[in-house]
Amino acid sequence: MFEIVENFLLGLGLWPWLATLVVTLLQIMLVMVPLLLSVAYLTYAERKVIGFMQIRIGPNRVGFFGKPLWGLGQPIADAVKLMFKEIIIPGGADKFLFLIAPVLSMAPALAAWAVVPFGSEMVLADIDASLLYVLAITSIGVYGVIIAGWASNSKYAFLGAMRSAAQIVSYEIAMGFALVGVLMAAGSINIGDIVRGQGGAYGLLNWYFIPLFPLFIIYFISGVAETNRAPFDVAEGESEIVAGFHVEYSGMTFAVFFLAEYANMILISMLAALMFLGGWLSPLPASWIPELALFDLALGDGIHWLLAKTALFLFFFLWFRATFPRYRYDQIMRLGWKVFIPITIVWLLVVGLFIMGGLAPWFDAA
Amino acid sequence: MSFEQILFYLFSGVLVLSAGAVITVRNPVHAAMFLVLCFVTTSALWLLLEAEFLAITLVLVYVGAVMVLFLFVVMMLDINLARMREGFARYLPIGGIVAATAVGIMGLAVGRINFGLDVWPAPPARAADYSNTRELGEQLYTTYVYPFEIASVVLLVAIVAAIALTLRTRPGTRYQKIEEQVVVKKSDRLRVVQLESEGRK
Amino acid sequence: MNFEIPNFMLAMPEIFVLGMACFILILDLFLSERSRVVTYLLTQATLVGAFLLSLGLYSSARELTFSDSFVLDPMASVLKLAVYAAVFMVLLYSRRYLRERGMFRGEFFVLGLFGVLGMMVMISAHSLLTIYMGLELLSLSMYAMVAMQRDSRVAAEAAMKYFILGAMASAMLLYGMSMIYGVTGSLELGEVSAAVAGQGSQLILIFGLVFLMVGVAFKLGAVPFHMWVPDVYHGASTAVTLYISTAPKLAAFAMLMRLLVDGLGALQPQWHDILLLLAILSLGIGNVVAIAQTNIKRMLAYSGISHVGFLLLGVLSGSPEGYAAGMFYAIVYVLMGLGGFGMVILMSRAGFEADQLEDYKGLNERSPWFALMMMFLMFSMAGVPPFIGFWAKLSVLQAVVDANMVWLAAVAVLFSVIGAFYYLRLIKLMYFDGPLELSPFRPSPDVALLFSVNALAVLLIGLFPSSLMAICRQAMGL
Repeated sequence: MFEIVENFLLGLGLWPWLATLVVTLLQIMLVMVPLLLSVAYLTYAERKVIGFMQIRIGPNRVGFFGKPLWGLGQPIADAVKLMFKEIIIPGGADKFLFLIAPVLSMAPALAAWAVVPFGSEMVLADIDASLLYVLAITSIGVYGVIIAGWASNSKYAFLGAMRSAAQIVSYEIAMGFALVGVLMAAGSINIGDIVRGQGGAYGLLNWYFIPLFPLFIIYFISGVAETNRAPFDVAEGESEIVAGFHVEYSGMTFAVFFLAEYANMILISMLAALMFLGGWLSPLPASWIPELALFDLALGDGIHWLLAKTALFLFFFLWFRATFPRYRYDQIMRLGWKVFIPITIVWLLVVGLFIMGGLAPWFDAA
Repeated sequence: MSFEQILFYLFSGVLVLSAGAVITVRNPVHAAMFLVLCFVTTSALWLLLEAEFLAITLVLVYVGAVMVLFLFVVMMLDINLARMREGFARYLPIGGIVAATAVGIMGLAVGRINFGLDVWPAPPARAADYSNTRELGEQLYTTYVYPFEIASVVLLVAIVAAIALTLRTRPGTRYQKIEEQVVVKKSDRLRVVQLESEGRK
Repeated sequence: MNFEIPNFMLAMPEIFVLGMACFILILDLFLSERSRVVTYLLTQATLVGAFLLSLGLYSSARELTFSDSFVLDPMASVLKLAVYAAVFMVLLYSRRYLRERGMFRGEFFVLGLFGVLGMMVMISAHSLLTIYMGLELLSLSMYAMVAMQRDSRVAAEAAMKYFILGAMASAMLLYGMSMIYGVTGSLELGEVSAAVAGQGSQLILIFGLVFLMVGVAFKLGAVPFHMWVPDVYHGASTAVTLYISTAPKLAAFAMLMRLLVDGLGALQPQWHDILLLLAILSLGIGNVVAIAQTNIKRMLAYSGISHVGFLLLGVLSGSPEGYAAGMFYAIVYVLMGLGGFGMVILMSRAGFEADQLEDYKGLNERSPWFALMMMFLMFSMAGVPPFIGFWAKLSVLQAVVDANMVWLAAVAVLFSVIGAFYYLRLIKLMYFDGPLELSPFRPSPDVALLFSVNALAVLLIGLFPSSLMAICRQAMGL
């Protein structure tokens, strides 16, 4: 599809590098615009879902064209409000770092999407070590939090940053180990190959979440901790340290932190779907799907399955927040170091045995 | 100049400038951030060498973990910079001589005489399906398995040493005993006492 | 790719020590404070087991494995056996000492074992990479052991100095290795040696050699890279000093031999000059500065520096006889160093470190036997016949004279005579000065026995030095 566009541009007499640049930018837009829209509407979904869980209605006034439309206009209104608010820089703050911190937190959250595949051929950059790339890029995100906390010149912000740094570094280990299990199972560190490794005759029984069940759970919980979401949100725990690292931020700078957090949530959810739930693969065995174009489109492999799985995980994020009380800080550390890391290490050994034993239907191909 | 060359000089320039900034900026947090920048640009240089595994691992390990902990410590410490800089002018001549010598030696060592294209021909570009990671893994687990295993022992020793030097149980510290909490039963904590109800007087 | 499955049998002692160290590390977590002695006994059993394994593997052949990065030759076997024996004695000496100071902890023994593993790796290394990894393993264990005494400010300072200077030296070594790798294109010592012989003395190789020498000289504690030695020996608790001052010297000697003789043999004229400078400086500064010391640990540290000078003399003569003499000297130095610091442990008790020279005043009146034993050790270190130290010095000097450097031998003898002063001063303190405290001297029986055996060995091997010398000569292929 993009070749057509590129050829068209070349036909217009553009320089080849400019044509490539335009096409690449187009591709990036194609990922980023839906992503940012999802982020906006995820905030809406959060308020709605938690509202319903708490037997409230949630936002239901701001709509379009003078109609309430269940409050669908709320995210847009929020965004406009935040954009026009004044950015206040606290006295004694490190101005440069204070302003760059939101960018440091947002940029990795977006850059990681470069290698996420949405379908067997739908990926921006199909690099060989894409899983490692995602891990590396997301690990940079913590700088935004730390720098924000330090540059604010505020005790609460600093405490939040310290908590967050220790927590993220701790859970990154468990998360990394969980992903090591996945790449052992798939024999590849390319996310596309990992998804393809989960294909097979049994549909959802072929996915890795069954043999790697403990890793799957640990990955997702670590993901919740990595994004500083409830019940691991001690970095911003409003009852203890007001709002943690972003207590001094207002207006658009605050909004950028907010965007980064939600973009990371979506990223973690989509990665969980790709690694453990077969990505864009259909949960139904291919033999069950009637040979009709319409059925094939709806039930066969496709991006809609990936989006549905991602949505499921995102729902979990919201559900956790509505359900669990916040963990105490030492409990978070204990869970990460003394529970998750040992379990992942033991399970890596088990996975190794599975692979050596050629356990069907996951590991018999190789 | 080819595109790769432009990128190379760009990243190298940023690398050298940020490395210089690490030691000259006044604020330790800024210095740490410049060091992060150094690592990121080094990683970019490695990418230009088609060593994507090393490049990504550099970011993952150094930027993502080591420097975070480093920054953590730097922020917690109240470093008196004025005192640290006291001898700067005094040591500058000696330091300058040492630095100049080191640069000179390095120039001699990695210069054109030893590493020119006529001595070491440019490595052939790899095919698109060449996996740097797989090659590295195979080398590490075959040819270099012995040093690789020793490296793991070195890391183990580092863990043991770090724990041995920092873990100290002070008397009077209260700990949460998770296993005791978990096995507790209702009967351990709760006693239902039958009380005589007192009639209204 | 063609990959040969390594011959794991050759590395069996290493594998055994590693396995046992991990086992002890885990087991120690489940031991109560009172049964900690199990850790100690298992550590000693590990050393004995490794000794037997290495003895069983001893052969006069030279075998390479692990893609030529591991070598087992007679020199490696002999040095490894000496390392096990030395560390065994160190732990034997320090058991009571550690217990009295609350340092009788599992980590001490585990780190000690990992250090032994590091020495074994260095001794059996046949590639630049393995040498470096072994060195790091050893150094890291030693840094931690020095810092182990957390409540002592001196120990913390010593650990910090040791760590920073050691890291610098490692960096230098690595820098030199990278230059040599760059020119020769290989890490494996055999290929390095062939490439160096083919290319002759390029400037960059010389630079690489210089950086290597800095690293090695630091680890040996040769002047001018000796600054850490007295501070660390003094600051660390005596048990740790005993450890770091003895067995690692054997590993450092092996590293020197592997790098210079196995790897850069073709650059012999160049490293000969460097070693010459290091040796003369070490002999001079070590012996002269030792005279000014009032602390016996510092005095022994400077004496150790001068012994390193002698050891380097053996290597720089550049002949197999010289190497054998150097190895003989290293082993003898370890035996004497064990005795010297063992004496400090013997004299110390809870709350009293016995590290001042004054503490030895009038020892003869309090305990004639131990005064005699200490006199043996001091005579041996000074190089008085018929003690073992004399033969060690003699064989080195012989090799130097054989290499047509009579003037060098004369210089070495001159400095030994200067050095004899401070050894004799200690003897004078013990025999001719009145004691500071009059309480009878009651050392613990096991340390007393071990110390007596150690001192008598210095005399006995001195009377019959030919068998140890023969072993060293055989190890060098003579």
